[in-house]
Amino acid sequence: MTTKRKQKPDVVNQYTGNSWAYSKEVREHFFKPKNLLWENPKSATKYDAQGIVGSPACGDVMRVWLKIDGKKDKITDFKWRTFGCASAIAATSMLSVMVTEKDGMGIEKALKIRPQDIIKRLHGLPDRKIHCSVLGDKALRAALNDWFKKTGQFDRVIVEGTRIIDPNTKVTEADIEEAVLEGATTLEAVQKKTKVGIGYPECIHTVEELIRFYREKYFGPDSK
Amino acid sequence: MWYPLEIMSKSGAYFDNASTTPVRPEVLRAMMPYFRERYGNPSNLYTYGREAKQAIFESTAKIAKALNCMPGEIVFTGSATEADNLALAGVARANRDKGNRIIISGVEHKGIVAVGEALKKDGFEVISIPVGKDGLVDLDILKKELNDKTILVSVTMADSETGTLQPIREISEIIGDLYGPTATSPSSARRSVSHSASSRSTLVAASTVEVAVGHSREYPLFHTDASQAAAYANIDVRKLGVDLMTISAHKLGGPKGVGALFVRKGVNINPIIHGGGQQGRLRSGTENVPAIVGFGVAMELNRKENKSESARIKKLRDRLEKGIFKTIPKVVLNGHSSKRLPNFCNISILDIEGEALLLHLDEHRIMINTGSACNSESLEPSYVLSALGNPYEFIHGSIRFTLGKTTAAKDVEYVLAHLPAIVEELRRISPLDLSLDQKSRMSDPKAFIGNQTPHFLRKKKSGTSH
Repeated sequence: MTTKRKQKPDVVNQYTGNSWAYSKEVREHFFKPKNLLWENPKSATKYDAQGIVGSPACGDVMRVWLKIDGKKDKITDFKWRTFGCASAIAATSMLSVMVTEKDGMGIEKALKIRPQDIIKRLHGLPDRKIHCSVLGDKALRAALNDWFKKTGQFDRVIVEGTRIIDPNTKVTEADIEEAVLEGATTLEAVQKKTKVGIGYPECIHTVEELIRFYREKYFGPDSK
Repeated sequence: MWYPLEIMSKSGAYFDNASTTPVRPEVLRAMMPYFRERYGNPSNLYTYGREAKQAIFESTAKIAKALNCMPGEIVFTGSATEADNLALAGVARANRDKGNRIIISGVEHKGIVAVGEALKKDGFEVISIPVGKDGLVDLDILKKELNDKTILVSVTMADSETGTLQPIREISEIIGDLYGPTATSPSSARRSVSHSASSRSTLVAASTVEVAVGHSREYPLFHTDASQAAAYANIDVRKLGVDLMTISAHKLGGPKGVGALFVRKGVNINPIIHGGGQQGRLRSGTENVPAIVGFGVAMELNRKENKSESARIKKLRDRLEKGIFKTIPKVVLNGHSSKRLPNFCNISILDIEGEALLLHLDEHRIMINTGSACNSESLEPSYVLSALGNPYEFIHGSIRFTLGKTTAAKDVEYVLAHLPAIVEELRRISPLDLSLDQKSRMSDPKAFIGNQTPHFLRKKKSGTSH
């Protein structure tokens, strides 16, 4: 299987003629981050929920603070801090905009945000940087888990990676990630390991997307 | 923060001279005629060819003078990487019958590391000697690893990230004393063999004569990559006692696309590029005449100015370093504090990520480099900084300032005026608050939030399938 890489055009600076490795949107969110938590909250109750993912050793850490309207089951405010490169900072900033625009986002909808959705809104990232933005949605889910636990909605708590891809075989996203890490980088190889989609072909497209995503994440954009 | 084009092209504080340097005006002037007027192929006998050959001859002489070697001992390559490849692969393949062990250091340039990996596949045993926290190669381990199967030792003169200077002369002596002390010092007996014939064509053949004296004295051979060091360190190959040495033009005001390998006369070495047999069959391919001419001029200027420039640059570097440590809290110096090239300043600024800092500095037209994973094609943090025993948390926040001929005092002041505010802003964006004394515990897997393994470590565990 050969994947043709789309060459993303560099953005040319209108004043300098210099090209930049990132899109205009990434640039904007990197240099002027939106919804950043500038000051530490004075009282512990100022925000309804908090979440943190990543590790300083990995080079990316994201921390998220949320205000939630419990009655409407909606996120009304999203503040964040990020340790990481330009795309990590821009991706968290963009996520905060996505969640808070139009009077906030319903929790169910917010739980479904995927890294690809953030990347799309950023008008793409350099191929090798795609892994960076993965953390934004995970930090958000971590914060929502915090909310679910605080409000006793234990049935809604999501253990990361347990999203079931194939209801027949109960194969989860984490199973696909693990299979790719073990070297199964094609649909056939992943099916051999997990039997995903064999009785439920509707999920094949999602599986292929995940394989490509994790393959590029762990083995680089040129991997096959 | 936005500058119109006219201002930008002129100003800009360039602090990445370890990546490359601007071609010096004198160098460019000397090169120009060899593009349009004296464009001949040096292999040809007619006038234009002879002109080009003469130009190479003169340039080689200049470089030989800087290295204190014979012109016949210089081989031009397309880059320092090619010179490194030639040194390792060329020596390894030519001396397979003498042994299969090659020793390198843990802070070598990729040009050495990668060819070492390739040689492993050919059945060679490539050993990497670790460095201490100060960046210096552990000589005790080196001594232990040397054995009668060792055909080559390659230790960089100064690594390209911290500029830490390795004790090349001392290593040469260790190698020389390997089989018991000799009556004469290695530099006189072993290294400076004969100064008579300078013809390149004897280069390959000559070795067999020496081997007759006794195989043991000749091996291991000793190579050093002096690409970074050449501009500021002593590169007298006889004094250093090296058999092979890599140098590069564009690190010292010369053009890109030309490097050179010093190959001591008598060293048994095979070419890695085959073809028309140029340069004594050791490096086929038409010589890059303008670049070689530029290389010669750059080396000559460098030889003359080396000492005064080193002193000037060191003063500026120290001013920069002291200024940073004074104004910014939680900064760590990477590499050796004194045994270091005068133009290097590699520091880790905690809690912020190198690429983000690089881009913010770039907005102020300050150009630096970083060892952060995010800035590398491989997305792996600097292996050189890892080799120094730094936790990954520190490496992600590492930035490298490398000064050069064009660096002026105002550039340093400009950095000191802007860096603290940028660091403060990025620290406000960051959720981290690492502390300096956590150093040893930090990369413990238990310290990882959410039990995540860094992607660059996971990749290594299972990254064989692609």
